[in-house]
Amino acid sequence: MSVSIRIPTQLRTLAGGAGEVSVEGGTVKEALSALDAAHPGFSGRLFDEGGQLRRFVNVFVADEDVRFLDGLATPVGDGQTISIVPAVAGG
Amino acid sequence: MDHVTGLRCRECGREFPAEALHVCDYCFGPLEVAYDYDQIAATVTRASIAAGPRTIWRYRDLLPVDDPAPVDLGAGFTPLIRADRLAAELGLGELWIKDDTANPTGSFKDRVVSVALTKARQLGFKVAACASTGNLANSVAAHAARAGMASVVLIPHDLERAKVTMTAIYGGAVVSVEGNYDDVNRLAAELTSEHPSWAFVNVNVRTYYAEGSKTLAFEVAEQLGWQAPDHVIVPIASGSQLTKVAKGFAELATVGLLDEVPSVRISGAQAAGCSPVATAFSEGTDAIRPVKPSTIAKSLSIGNPADGWYALAAIRASGGSCAAVTDTEIIEAIGLLARTEGIFAETAGGVTIATLAKLAAAGVVRRDERVVALVTGHGLKTVEALADDVGPTVTIPATLEAFDAAIGIDAVSGR
Repeated sequence: MSVSIRIPTQLRTLAGGAGEVSVEGGTVKEALSALDAAHPGFSGRLFDEGGQLRRFVNVFVADEDVRFLDGLATPVGDGQTISIVPAVAGG
Repeated sequence: MDHVTGLRCRECGREFPAEALHVCDYCFGPLEVAYDYDQIAATVTRASIAAGPRTIWRYRDLLPVDDPAPVDLGAGFTPLIRADRLAAELGLGELWIKDDTANPTGSFKDRVVSVALTKARQLGFKVAACASTGNLANSVAAHAARAGMASVVLIPHDLERAKVTMTAIYGGAVVSVEGNYDDVNRLAAELTSEHPSWAFVNVNVRTYYAEGSKTLAFEVAEQLGWQAPDHVIVPIASGSQLTKVAKGFAELATVGLLDEVPSVRISGAQAAGCSPVATAFSEGTDAIRPVKPSTIAKSLSIGNPADGWYALAAIRASGGSCAAVTDTEIIEAIGLLARTEGIFAETAGGVTIATLAKLAAAGVVRRDERVVALVTGHGLKTVEALADDVGPTVTIPATLEAFDAAIGIDAVSGR
């Protein structure tokens, strides 16, 4: 499965400045692991010591928050987009 | 601007310069403005504040941007109203309403936007943008017009009519997005990466923006004669306002404007149709599960509150509570506040008053406490919510007979 991962400004230096990266993976976890393999450093920024997504990291598959889906086990289909977005306040 | 020393990550403590940064590059934690409190304490006095304008800018020594001519429509220094009739209805003693319906665009958002756009202009931004549940949209569009900046405002497609009109009239771009606020906010966060020359007030200048809410605490203390209240009821959307109210009271003691470190209980108010923080509070957990909002309190409809965790921590540290109320209770509370005190609040104000009533009935808010409830937005913004409940008492032909038949003297004086 080829999926595309959208990278927020804060992490683009890890990907050579790219805003979007294509990787292989059947779940969010696999895709993010592939991202770290291609561009080392992502996992340390996205995950805490326990391997969970950091509190202020939001991940979306096809624009849906993975916390409403199956979290890191959420399946991703060919051509789908995963977005990494820092949490922001609002009102 | 030497009273600001920089920005600091709330999670990992890394330090950054005072620029348009909102999240820590390393851990994505939110950044917080760091001040030189010793310097502020040496400068600010009760008298210096009293000599300032009757706006939030009287507290400029404790705000993160120093500008002699801020982007200002007159936000802040709103009335603090003693609410004896409402207190009697709720079985409380000393109750005050902080009436933020009196702000220029009718909500507390003018406080944060005035600060955000003043800082954005200083940083060189020409475009003001935001994702909004309505009140922020109104305020950003108005303040951008005031500052001569362009504006781009993103709103969910199902907002109340008044909030759309009150945004669009100022001439900026208003983008209605097919989705709920959390969808709109996610889009705004992604747009911030693509349009770094735009000041998204709740994204890349959020660090400054959020500080504006401290002025609610500053004003309450000043208006009580430089005393802190015992208990404050604060509505929760993103959770930012509640954490900043707590910070505001603490700062007053830090810089010597209060005689001692205040012990203010802070309780949060949410709608049952969007209560991720109240749910986490009642379950005793730290984990805030996002929800899909479904409530008439659209200005509080943030299902994934970015500062929810900090709001929860502030509530627990203060000995406060957090509760959620139904749409029916919200509508009843809007009527109760209007009937007893002459203040017409939007649905978020109904959430605050209904939660106050609930916590008072449960004995959590006590009769021996000096209580302040924050009413943060004007009722004209959300009249749709009341359409089925409020209207003419009666409709009659224009004759004396019809009037007498419909309205007896008892009906008018009987209340």
